Amino acid sequence: MILGEEDYITEEGEFVVNMGPQHPSTHGVLRLKVWLDGETIKKVEPHLGYIHRSIEKMSESLSYRQYGYLTSRMDYLSAHINNLACALVVEKALQVEVPARAQAIRIIIGELTRIGSHLLWFASAGLDLGGVTPFFYAFREREAINSIMDENCGARLTQNFMVPGGIVYDVRPDFQSRVKEVLKQFKDNFHEYNEILTGNVIFQNRLKDVGILTKEDAIAFGCTGPTARASGLSCDIRKMYPYDGYEKLQFDEVISTGCDSWARYEVRMAEMLQSVRIIEQLIDNIPEGDIVAKTKNVIKLPKGEFYQRVETARGELGVYIVSDGGASPYRCKYRSPNFANLSAIPHIARGYKIGDLIAIMATIDLIIPDIDR
Amino acid sequence: MNILLSYSFSSLAAYFHNWLQSIIGNGILLTITELVIVGVVLLVFLILLAFFLGYMERKVAAFMEIRLGPNRVGPKGTLQIVADTVKLLFKEGFTPDAADKFLFNLAPGIIITTALLAVAPIAFARGFQIWDINIGVLYISSISSMAVIGILMAGWSSSNKYSLIGAMRCGAQIVSYELSIGLSLVSIVVLTGSLSLNDIVESQANGWWIFKGHIPVMIAFVVFVIASTAEINRAPFDLVEADQELTGGFNTEYAGMKFAMFLMAEYINLFVVSAVAATIFLGGWMPFHIGGLTGFNHVMDYIPSSVWFFGKTLFIIFIIMQFRWTFPRLRIDQLLNLEWKYLLPISMVNVLLVTLMAIMGWHL
Amino acid sequence: MTKEELKDSFTQIFPAVTFDESGEFLTAIIPSEELLPVMNVLRTKPELYFDYLFCETCVDWKDHLMMVYFLNSRTYNHTLVVKAKITDTINPQIESVFHIWPTAELNEDEIFDLFGVKFLNHPNLRRLFLEEDWVGFPLRKNYVDEHMIEL
Repeated sequence: MILGEEDYITEEGEFVVNMGPQHPSTHGVLRLKVWLDGETIKKVEPHLGYIHRSIEKMSESLSYRQYGYLTSRMDYLSAHINNLACALVVEKALQVEVPARAQAIRIIIGELTRIGSHLLWFASAGLDLGGVTPFFYAFREREAINSIMDENCGARLTQNFMVPGGIVYDVRPDFQSRVKEVLKQFKDNFHEYNEILTGNVIFQNRLKDVGILTKEDAIAFGCTGPTARASGLSCDIRKMYPYDGYEKLQFDEVISTGCDSWARYEVRMAEMLQSVRIIEQLIDNIPEGDIVAKTKNVIKLPKGEFYQRVETARGELGVYIVSDGGASPYRCKYRSPNFANLSAIPHIARGYKIGDLIAIMATIDLIIPDIDR
Repeated sequence: MNILLSYSFSSLAAYFHNWLQSIIGNGILLTITELVIVGVVLLVFLILLAFFLGYMERKVAAFMEIRLGPNRVGPKGTLQIVADTVKLLFKEGFTPDAADKFLFNLAPGIIITTALLAVAPIAFARGFQIWDINIGVLYISSISSMAVIGILMAGWSSSNKYSLIGAMRCGAQIVSYELSIGLSLVSIVVLTGSLSLNDIVESQANGWWIFKGHIPVMIAFVVFVIASTAEINRAPFDLVEADQELTGGFNTEYAGMKFAMFLMAEYINLFVVSAVAATIFLGGWMPFHIGGLTGFNHVMDYIPSSVWFFGKTLFIIFIIMQFRWTFPRLRIDQLLNLEWKYLLPISMVNVLLVTLMAIMGWHL
Repeated sequence: MTKEELKDSFTQIFPAVTFDESGEFLTAIIPSEELLPVMNVLRTKPELYFDYLFCETCVDWKDHLMMVYFLNSRTYNHTLVVKAKITDTINPQIESVFHIWPTAELNEDEIFDLFGVKFLNHPNLRRLFLEEDWVGFPLRKNYVDEHMIEL
């Protein structure tokens, strides 16, 4: 029997399997080279670059109004929050005061993005573990959120709504009622998610005590977002380094000390409800006024270095801009949450079964274009 | 009226037999002709059945997933599955270069053959049985365990790592769950005292075993349904295919008609295990009778025996389909733990209980 | 720790440091050869305890390469940026910090891929995104892409 690759069995008798780049559970083009002993994982090595578009290089030749648009194509599920990071770093460098109306709308849209992103994670986590039905439940609500995005931001997936100084258009007059409608639908249907997945014994057994990521490891591997919060690490940028008006809002940082895949699942489920809480505080109190602060037509950042971080649905996104005083960044680096979270997978997957690797990837929730950039 | 009530298909079969005899005459030719007719009728029936189950599965899945399911091709989407079959027919029957070509092409044949063979002793209605063999239960459990050979063959010969892992999982899984199935069948055999499916159905004339046999038989029924779901590799026990882990498992490399054969075998197997469960535990084609209530029993007798059989079978198929669309998949070690640590000990104790019950005559 | 205290502690570890306070974070610039001993102390010294490397990157300043390490302490929540200047642009190399912060493994693979900085004692240095036989390092300022069309 020929198995394609010559080194399919190592000298130690380990079986080498390539998971991806075309594999149903890698959600994109991640390739994990897995060394197996029977069903047990001995070693995992990520191979990247299948969707590398060199966004950092392209940014060096784009203006400060343009470069953020590329970031919607990084973590496409939190496109708004990526755009926000790019807008915020320019605002920080120019010390622009963002109008209160723009800030409120930014937060509402950002939190809706977070709910939508977590819903897609819920759908795909259920699907990865073999349950097809949760997928449709979650997409029912995600569809409603996408419609709001479509109506107000002009796109369903790769929105470009946040610009330096504010937002690009004002929202439609029915924005508030539509958001309330969606929130009501979401809250009414949330118990169905718990019934179909959370309470399922098979599902719980697949996740509990699988993929242990201790707090020390989470720090060492630079994990952020729900992945790290499930390891007991307080790392919500919205709380630690509040930006764009988050300091005025009441919400809890969801932290679990379970450290396993189940804890990551629970944290994300609870985070959706916290996002609902944030939106509810703002939706009736959107101030009137301007939607964008006045900036020069050609934005030039002062010479220096600027770093801005935001909390995307998957963790800490950092934008590091080195400016030489020109109209485009001299160097633009994105510290992407998925890239750091991915580096933990080889460490925590060792010793588990193939099925567990799928569970680990499902709960760490990687978005591959964000890793490759 | 009485003829209608106790109508047995055996008289129809006898009529056909006599008619053929008058044309062809007695001899080997007659036997061959009859075998061919039975074979063709069975194949057509099973293909239609597989179509129906395919349609049913899509509709059940759709209603569980708050969507409509097939509704474009034909009335209410009934012809969707025909369209899919035509698509599969015209697809290239691709064989990978590195595959063991002989085994690769043989495997679907073996799988579908074992699936078809297991249909033989099933009693579809009163007197309607292809082969009234006196060891029917034993026959079915031995034939259905042969499917593992086909799957191992497919997984090994594909020259694909995922297929190989899937095939190895299949070996572990089917061999394990075979035991529980056997033991739960044994509990009814003990009560009936016969291995013939016909005898088992006849023994339920005054009540189905699931009602007569008290709790031990109910346990055996539950064990049987769980174990047979695993035996036919359906979710939540579909580790052999496990799309999200093994990209399709043993049938990753198959396409076109060969893949269609796997699909059809899956549905026939689903039908067979449900039919066996219906026959053994729910009385097969026997109507629902309550001892003493003659009037009620008489009404029940008006419903044809084939309706009873298919009604019960479809009920069990529906339950197994609901499993698939509700539960996530187990992990391989959890799967084997479930069998060796829970189902097998439970069924062993259960068989003892049933035997005690049979000896003491505690069942109804 | 405040910026001033951080400055004092850093000077104790490595006196020849230059500071840059123009940005949001305190920035310490050191020569690339001294990186590993300094980083080791920053990681292990109890009152500094920089256990979290949240960003690692490189900037090409044409005449030299600047490695940038963003360090944070999860215990004290103070942040420090360490810059290591690599003067050799033809064959740049620096010690890997993988053994101090495991997250550096993939980051250094990326920097090697896009800037051509060789990391010594890195467990598995490889081109992360581009093909193995890719010529040149795209994020370097002198990189010329022959397939690129000027619009």
